[in-house]
Amino acid sequence: MGKKTPEINSSSTADMAFLLLCFFMMTTTMDQDKGLQRRLPPMPDPNQKVEDQKVNRRNIIIVKINSADRLLAGTEPMHVSQLKDKIKEFLTNPADDPNLPEKEEIEIEGFGPCMVSKGVISLQNDRGTSYQAYMAVQNELVKAVNELRDEWAMANFGKLYIKCDEDEQVIVRKAVPQNISEAEPKDVSKK
Amino acid sequence: MSRFKNKEKRTVPQPPSGSLSDIVFMLLFFFMVTTTMRETENKVVVRLPEASEIAKLERKDLSSYINIGTPIRSLQGQYGNDSRIQLNDSFKTVNEIRDFIAAERDAMSEADRSFMTVVIKADESTRMGIVTDVKQELRKCSALKIMYTARKPADE
Repeated sequence: MGKKTPEINSSSTADMAFLLLCFFMMTTTMDQDKGLQRRLPPMPDPNQKVEDQKVNRRNIIIVKINSADRLLAGTEPMHVSQLKDKIKEFLTNPADDPNLPEKEEIEIEGFGPCMVSKGVISLQNDRGTSYQAYMAVQNELVKAVNELRDEWAMANFGKLYIKCDEDEQVIVRKAVPQNISEAEPKDVSKK
Repeated sequence: MSRFKNKEKRTVPQPPSGSLSDIVFMLLFFFMVTTTMRETENKVVVRLPEASEIAKLERKDLSSYINIGTPIRSLQGQYGNDSRIQLNDSFKTVNEIRDFIAAERDAMSEADRSFMTVVIKADESTRMGIVTDVKQELRKCSALKIMYTARKPADE
């Protein structure tokens, strides 16, 4: 009869694993960063002649925030809560108002011709503007675009933008572009 | 006689503990997979502004962090309580962002460089002046993909 091999005492492996577990729980983070993603405009080439990009006056809305966190959209001062509707009206131009941005028919791959607004939102702020107010305005602008995208997706695909698949989202993004320009820093207070 | 037998049977057998380590290992792997190593220690107080339209950061390994805010209390004696920029583990000036971005770029593989995102974590009471300076500096280094971190409003 062969010798019986003794069983290895495994009761302490749990303790070792617990130690490792505690180490990982202490040294790692689980929080995911969330926020608003933006693309900065590239720096203008200094050798290039300063050419004023002639954007048609009606196609641009200037949103200014001064050092007291007051908001001016276009020509009228307003509260942040009113901004979203103003932007939505600006981007959709439902009544084809000649003062609001023109629309252009663009052929979208995989969908066909579509009327796309040429509106651009220009965001200007003062050095004294608080970051909180700036983010609140940015958020409203994104919210306006997101709601328009939802509406467009609902009308054409019958579902919300986030429920669309990858290809459809690309189409929606082309149909409702997010043209927010963060202009060169200017001293808003002097004007 | 039968009384004695009953007494012996009353002792409860020990539950098997062999699978305990497996359970703990599973927990361990869960934590190892879902978490990332904490790389820097915050030296500034950052209370994020609120925003409802936020999106998740997709590639955490391709992002570099710029923290802006007032120094934490234990460092206020040394650095004052004006808003400052923290890169990696130390306070830096706006001009040093260029080197920081270059170093972060070098650490990435060639293919990933174009996906680099600069995450700006700024306190909600920061003035835009310092943020604008940072943005201008980032444009000069052509690190154009940025993200302003925010938190979800509490009432939702």
